[in-house]
Amino acid sequence: MLLSLFLPFAEGTEGEGAHAPLNPLLPATPDLIWGSVVFVGLAIFFTLYVLPRVKTALDARAEIIEGGISKAENAQAEAAAALEEYTKQLAEARAEAARIREQARADGNAIIAELKEQATVEAARVTASAKASIEAERQSALVSLRAEVGSLAIDLASGVIGESLSDDKKSAAIVDRFLAELEADEKAKAKN
Amino acid sequence: MEPFVGPSVEEFFPEPILFIGTPFEMNRIMIIRVVVALIVVLVFWLGTRRMKIVPTRFQGAIEYLLAVPRNIGTDLLGEKDGARFLPLLTTIFFVVISANFTGIIPPANIASTSLIGLPIVLAVISYVTFIYAGIKKHPGAFFKNSLFPPGVPWPLYIIVTPIEFVSTFVLRPVTLTLRLLMNMLVGHLLLVLFFLATNYFVVTLGGGWSALGVGILGFAFAWSGFEILVAVLQAYVFTLLTAVYLQLALADEH
Repeated sequence: MLLSLFLPFAEGTEGEGAHAPLNPLLPATPDLIWGSVVFVGLAIFFTLYVLPRVKTALDARAEIIEGGISKAENAQAEAAAALEEYTKQLAEARAEAARIREQARADGNAIIAELKEQATVEAARVTASAKASIEAERQSALVSLRAEVGSLAIDLASGVIGESLSDDKKSAAIVDRFLAELEADEKAKAKN
Repeated sequence: MEPFVGPSVEEFFPEPILFIGTPFEMNRIMIIRVVVALIVVLVFWLGTRRMKIVPTRFQGAIEYLLAVPRNIGTDLLGEKDGARFLPLLTTIFFVVISANFTGIIPPANIASTSLIGLPIVLAVISYVTFIYAGIKKHPGAFFKNSLFPPGVPWPLYIIVTPIEFVSTFVLRPVTLTLRLLMNMLVGHLLLVLFFLATNYFVVTLGGGWSALGVGILGFAFAWSGFEILVAVLQAYVFTLLTAVYLQLALADEH
């Protein structure tokens, strides 16, 4: 391979008279010129047209992507904050509800206790007044009965002895003594 | 029976066609070189004419291509210097890759980088640029740092300095030129050899030799595929080495 590559060079250098020696390591002037033209042309084209446009587009894209990312981050942060806020509010609301319930229970208990006490007091009052009125009735009945019984007994005794016990003083003393005896008798009975 | 005539170096010296006798004399290869440059302009003009935030498929492909030299630059030189030398790297990459590709695209079928003129121009530009960048970055110290690397005991400079001089200031442009030139030149000669051999075995000899000719044609197909790889690789390597030389010239210490 190497031989077939380099042997023709030797032939070429001898052969053609019209051209420069055919040595692929020696550049021909047009080769250099057109190589330079192509390089400079493409360099100008890439430098002034392609690369600035690509840079602009890439920068714009990077900006949009970065903007999108930061926007998303903001949204996420906001969502997290809102969630935290809601959780906090929910916890507060739960605590509030529990507190209100507890309060209501306590209030209810207090009301019930108060009502019970009121009822007890009322009942005691009613009982006491009933007892007092009964006692008063009894006393008045006793008094009236005593008077009644006295006059009846006098009348009866008058009838029995046939004369009017007109001397009220005497009769009243008799009656009183009788009643006192009666009373003492009753008391003695009650003791037994 | 006529003997087999292989391809010769005359492949690369076709008859002039335009502007004969002037320094702007154009042969077939020069016309191919200029036409392919115009095609590159057309493609990139169409691709970047209306840049959209959300790229079309074509714009996306163009952006993908432009990202290759840009990534070489930013990887080796960083954001700032990468942007500074982006036009150079981009131009080198697309000049080389487009010129290389004509080697396997009919009806051109020859890479205009297989003529030494274009590789020399590119290598000289690369050479001048890295020396310019070095001098600008380290005024007065660039050549001293390049030829007398700091941290070397002074007697070693007797050996190191000639080596550094030759490797940095002589071999770099020469290897840049010859690597590209020889890859494309040899690739072209091999393809021509395969096709001429196929023709020789099938047409001239015929008969049982035809089978061998068909086999060689298979080689030609395979080699064409390989030439695609070489075309891309050489463009990449040329751009990469230019960036590496710039990086070394811009480095704070040698």
